[in-house]
Amino acid sequence: MGHPLLTQPLLTAILVLLLTAPVSGLVLDGYDFNLRWHPPLWLTLIAFCIHWMILLFKRWRFGEKTGKPSPWTRISSWGSRPSVHRLAFFVLPVVGLVLPFFLGKYGLTVAILALIYVLLALGLNIVVGLAGLLDLGFVAFYAVGAYGYALGHHYLGLGFWLSLPLGALLAACCGIVLGFPVLRMHGDYLAIVTLGFGEIIRLVLNNWMDFTGGPNGVRVDFPTFFGLEFSRHAKEGGIPIHEFLGIDYSSNTRNIFIYLVLFLVVLLILALVSRLKTMPLGRAWEALREDEIACRSLGINHVTVKLSAFALGAMIGGIGGVFFAASQGFVNPTSFTFFESALILAIVVLGGLGSIPGVMIAAVVLTVLPEMLRDFSDYRILVFGLAMVVMMIWRPQGLVRARRPVFQGRKG
Amino acid sequence: MVATMALEIFAQQTVNGLILGATYGLIAIGYTMVYGIIGMINFAHGEIYMVSAYLAAIFLAVLHFFGLTSVPLLLVAVLLATVFVTALYGWFVEKIAYRPLRHSTRLAPLITAIGVSLILQNYVRIAQGARSQGIPSLLQGSFVLPVGDQGGVVQITHVQLLIIIVAFLSMAVLTFIMQQTSMGRACRATEQDRIMAALLGIDTNRIIAIVFVIGAAMAAIAGVLVSLNYGSFDFHIGFITGIKAFTAAVLGGIGSLPGAMLGGLILGLAESFFAGFVNSDYKDVFAFSLLVLVLIFRPSGLLGQPQITKV
Repeated sequence: MGHPLLTQPLLTAILVLLLTAPVSGLVLDGYDFNLRWHPPLWLTLIAFCIHWMILLFKRWRFGEKTGKPSPWTRISSWGSRPSVHRLAFFVLPVVGLVLPFFLGKYGLTVAILALIYVLLALGLNIVVGLAGLLDLGFVAFYAVGAYGYALGHHYLGLGFWLSLPLGALLAACCGIVLGFPVLRMHGDYLAIVTLGFGEIIRLVLNNWMDFTGGPNGVRVDFPTFFGLEFSRHAKEGGIPIHEFLGIDYSSNTRNIFIYLVLFLVVLLILALVSRLKTMPLGRAWEALREDEIACRSLGINHVTVKLSAFALGAMIGGIGGVFFAASQGFVNPTSFTFFESALILAIVVLGGLGSIPGVMIAAVVLTVLPEMLRDFSDYRILVFGLAMVVMMIWRPQGLVRARRPVFQGRKG
Repeated sequence: MVATMALEIFAQQTVNGLILGATYGLIAIGYTMVYGIIGMINFAHGEIYMVSAYLAAIFLAVLHFFGLTSVPLLLVAVLLATVFVTALYGWFVEKIAYRPLRHSTRLAPLITAIGVSLILQNYVRIAQGARSQGIPSLLQGSFVLPVGDQGGVVQITHVQLLIIIVAFLSMAVLTFIMQQTSMGRACRATEQDRIMAALLGIDTNRIIAIVFVIGAAMAAIAGVLVSLNYGSFDFHIGFITGIKAFTAAVLGGIGSLPGAMLGGLILGLAESFFAGFVNSDYKDVFAFSLLVLVLIFRPSGLLGQPQITKV
């Protein structure tokens, strides 16, 4: 036997070569194939290096026993310090409100998308992070919100401002309807049922041509502000907002408006969720996540607690959907695939299950970063998958560890 | 005349359903065994099946390139090579993504499983391209059997017959391994009580790895057969087929081997009849609804034992 630091990585390398040689080395071309040397060899080399580095790292970790906190722990404990929170509490809203006036058209679109994902992540964080109910069909509520607005506008002529509460209500109802039958299930079964539910909603939206327009989707009108419109020329009787304010017409005005409304809604939801977390209901969610049987023996009604988590999460998802429809001006089923659910879940997991600041940071990073790395868009989902696996093994608590509410006794 | 037509459709859909069901059953074995032994849903199992379909086409092309033309030899060689490499995939995934999380929370392995399925899907998409790929039909021809007394016929292709034979043969072999060999006994012991089995000298980590290998091998058999039957596949097929195979496993009673096969056949027949007589656009919706209903009303399935929560 050779040196263990070399033999183990060598074995891994041989295995990876065996695995990747057929799939990435021989590329199908009709019923024939083309040979490609580079991809499997690169992957093998990478696997060798990674395994070697892990072994080195382990050895180094065993040698040092100073008990110093790792840099990660320091960063996340810095992130959960109250003074930092207080600072963020004042600075972030101001930055967020000023930001849209400095972004270009493209930047504004990305910012709106990032905020929508913050909303979705906050919603899923309640269900998965706080209540511990793994929901793989969260995108269904997003779809209900978006289609609620689109179809409500198409058939009933509902406007944005009426659709916002109605879409939220509709999604919350869907959450309760889904929540009722799955109350008895535990983690994995629940995950599969919610996944099935999400797919059913998408397939129905896709196949019910007469009502939803199928894959062609539905067009949505843009929102108005107290009857003022954002188009260049208003429809009969309306006044375009740029004439009302006496400024030049710009297509950005509409997006700035959507951004600001969305930002205020995010702040509102944020306040609601962080309040709820320290209230009896939020504590019941977390307690139920930790031990359901103990909770029920202590007299917590698991039905109302779970349903409230489902309904609230779904409601926030629905609001996200309404804003998505409003900002895109168009919805179709391809926006609501399982991948979207997995992406939102990845955000919540990477940010730290149950940690509100972590989840928000992850949502912004994971939507803005792919936009900046457009050249690597092919590898985007691959990297998400890798990040989910690495994160679960290496740091299951996420980037920012969830802060438990602690009450200190009076001194003296 | 109408009655004959209906009878003909009924007979043909029964045949199609049985074949579909046999492949669901093969894939369901992977879900049911893994769930039985470590209590997690191996979400990446559908993607393992997808990888095996690609492997089958690649090996077929390579063997053809080296001048192998005898159809039976080609079939056996492709099947063996695909099963071997796919089993390696199953082993590797378990080793990297699930073993480090053995003592973690229940949620953690499920989330890594989603990560692994995203990785496998996009790895194949980047390596092989996003368009759908084809596989030449090795076996052509079919048997035509008469149905009823008014000249109705039902068609069974040679590939379909092969699917039925191979599926039941591999089920029989697997049942034999689980019931008669010492390895099978160790598997069953680990499934009943992992800690006790470890105390009695069974290397439970190895047994768990073996279960993943068996599941992947079964999925590979299904992958080869289904690709030969349909002739085309893409990197998306793992998701839908995976969920349906999981439905089959739940329907039969998760953790039970005969249950997986039974569940597969029932789901295949039900889906086939629904597509034939009601609406083929909604057959996926039907399968998912069946999954949700079974999980709600009979989560222990047809042959499974109800779970009792111990405090």
